[in-house]
Amino acid sequence: MVGTSAYDEMHGAAGEVREHYRAFADWLASTPRDRLAQKRAEADSLFHRVGITFAVYGEEAGTERLIPFDIVPRIIPAPEWRQLAAGLRQRVRALNAFIADIYHEQEILAAGRIPPEQVLCNQAYRPEMQGIDVPGAIYAHIAGIDVVRAGRGEFYVLEDNLRVPSGVSYMLEDRRMMMRLFPELFARHSVAPVEHYPDLLLENLRSVAPAGLNDPAVVLLTPGANNSAYFEHAFLAQQMGIELVEGQDLFVENEYVYMRTTQGPQRVDVIYRRIDDDFLDPLVFRPDSLLGVPGLLAAYREGRVTIANAIGTGVADDKSIYPYVPEMVRFYLGEEPLLSNVPTYVLRRQEDLDYTLSHLAELVVKEVHGAGGYGMLVGPAATREQLAAFRARILSAPERYIAQPTLALSSCPTFVEAGVAPRHIDLRPFVLSGRDITLVPGGLTRVALREGSLVVNSSQGGGTKDTWVLE
Amino acid sequence: MLSRTADHLYWMSRYIERAENLARMLEVNYRMSLLPHDAQIVERGWAATLTIIGLLDAFRQRYQAVTPANAIAFMAFDRDNPGSIYSCLRQARENARAVRGTLTSETWEMLNSTWLEMRVAGVRPGSEIANFFEWVKDRSHLARGVVQGTMLCDEAWHFIWLGTYLERADSTSRILDVKYHLLLPHGEQAGGSADYYQWSALLHSVSAFEIYRRVYRDLITPRRVAELLVLRDDMPRSLRSCVSRAYTHLMAIRNAQSGETERRAGELQASLHFGRIEDIFALGLHEYLVQFVGRIRDLGERVARDFLVSATD
Repeated sequence: MVGTSAYDEMHGAAGEVREHYRAFADWLASTPRDRLAQKRAEADSLFHRVGITFAVYGEEAGTERLIPFDIVPRIIPAPEWRQLAAGLRQRVRALNAFIADIYHEQEILAAGRIPPEQVLCNQAYRPEMQGIDVPGAIYAHIAGIDVVRAGRGEFYVLEDNLRVPSGVSYMLEDRRMMMRLFPELFARHSVAPVEHYPDLLLENLRSVAPAGLNDPAVVLLTPGANNSAYFEHAFLAQQMGIELVEGQDLFVENEYVYMRTTQGPQRVDVIYRRIDDDFLDPLVFRPDSLLGVPGLLAAYREGRVTIANAIGTGVADDKSIYPYVPEMVRFYLGEEPLLSNVPTYVLRRQEDLDYTLSHLAELVVKEVHGAGGYGMLVGPAATREQLAAFRARILSAPERYIAQPTLALSSCPTFVEAGVAPRHIDLRPFVLSGRDITLVPGGLTRVALREGSLVVNSSQGGGTKDTWVLE
Repeated sequence: MLSRTADHLYWMSRYIERAENLARMLEVNYRMSLLPHDAQIVERGWAATLTIIGLLDAFRQRYQAVTPANAIAFMAFDRDNPGSIYSCLRQARENARAVRGTLTSETWEMLNSTWLEMRVAGVRPGSEIANFFEWVKDRSHLARGVVQGTMLCDEAWHFIWLGTYLERADSTSRILDVKYHLLLPHGEQAGGSADYYQWSALLHSVSAFEIYRRVYRDLITPRRVAELLVLRDDMPRSLRSCVSRAYTHLMAIRNAQSGETERRAGELQASLHFGRIEDIFALGLHEYLVQFVGRIRDLGERVARDFLVSATD
């Protein structure tokens, strides 16, 4: 698994084109380069006009950038997808069972499978959630599970995103763009559709509404137009036909949640929130939050409103909890995990810390609470100075870090300046949990556009690809 | 519909309409400044325009002389002037962005690309300023067209048109009032070629020159110009036309607390419906227009209170 030779999604070891890429490779070979370049420019201008942009934090206020879109799709054959999907369902079921357990009996802690302080002292653990029953005992209604492929083609889960995972709008827009630019490709391939994701999402949200409602009102709660993922919030609300609300649009009265409308107050039953826990209710969490709704938690406790994802799901996707997920699968489901974890060194453990410090140049070190590729060290790519600086940071607070071997992420041909060349990719499938567990085939493929780079995050120069599951 | 959404839609359309009317006002002044006047008259025209939209003081803080170039730079392209065409198109786009889920994608894309083009135009004004004014008007026509042609005629649609007509009523009355400031030293009598050109430039600025010819088939007189722009129901930019359409859209979105607003809008509409130009001139056109702008402002404030900021705390 550790090593430099990456698995190539399109070509086998001898350079031959893999079966599921053959039709695409023929098309690519017969398509003039300037037509591809022209299509690529067309894609850029379409994305700009449609306004599919994201804001970059730390840059001039209001800066909007495009996420680069690559026209070479990432193709997954059906049998491979079936295995992956089964593993994802299993994993998400276990994660939901874990969160429910933590906020009720805490049997897994009592059984000694996870050190209690690891969970209860975690800053993502929300004591306010203790004892609250949520519909269907579902907490992570929408999960984005980051999956990578290593040297021999085997899948690993890199990260579970159970708070407010984003990126699904790019999955949908990338598909729309590919169909618009290259309709002939879809005639040659039988690509499993993903366009019905918003319908599945809405159905999923309605299925977890408070009991006894015929026609629950679902809204999407956004921090507002300056949030980096605002495009996605607006897009999903529109696709589902539900109101896109900000905190100021909602209020709580007698433990019911209402929105302010031109015809007076209207009841809200399910909130698909895209705001972090900390900002949801200034009466309970951060008092300075202007994004949230005062009194929301009180209404939630009374079971008058469903919040998706539930408050406190971070306790299960934290990087320091991640090493225990296979254990959760065994404990709650009595099954062996179908998907593997990446071996992880938890630096609060002395032996892991010692190992990491002596192998820093080979490892990837991440902040336990970091996201978006900020605050991480990729050992093999780091300079001597960067290594020294990171070593000092680790030593000052080892409990804030984990380390993993540098995975040779699989690569996929990608259209770059010099032509078509391999670039490293990952995959984020979106798993919906409600009455059932559903997922659309594929997910969002992110690609590290810089040669040799392993960082796929959009804030760090990553792009996206359309993801095809062949039927 | 969310009150905040209605607010964004209402202001989105007001800002587009405002940008268009600014372009019209600037265009008429620009045309007039090409006529053989002395510099003083040209300056008075621009100062009158700045006064009427309430930006003369802000202008004087930034620029020394009232020249066509300065006035256009300030009112068309100035990023720091919240009342410039540049700022209006940005505001229209920002409001649209906040509710893009409520708009059709064509509507949003049209407003977004208008803003992207404006950003480029703002960097280099170019010598063909008349083309720029044409472009602004075209984009506004396009905006109305895309709303008309693609959007569901629901509450959102009514708020968009309510904003459009209230803004247009306000603008037409101000455009007409510029003429008052300009003619002030000359009294009110018609005649003289300079005066003719001023009135015809004004008609051009509200796309009413050909309409005037068709309706009156006669000399251009101030009284008829005023009649056309205040009282004609079939003239799309007249005060009567704007108010009666605003009233229709208001009635379509009425709620439990909007009764008094409906009454005031209806009263204003009736006064335009049954009003006579003789009475308006007896009161004084300027005085009449000042009153009118006040009543439109009152309606705008009442709409905000009744619908846009919901009083449910």
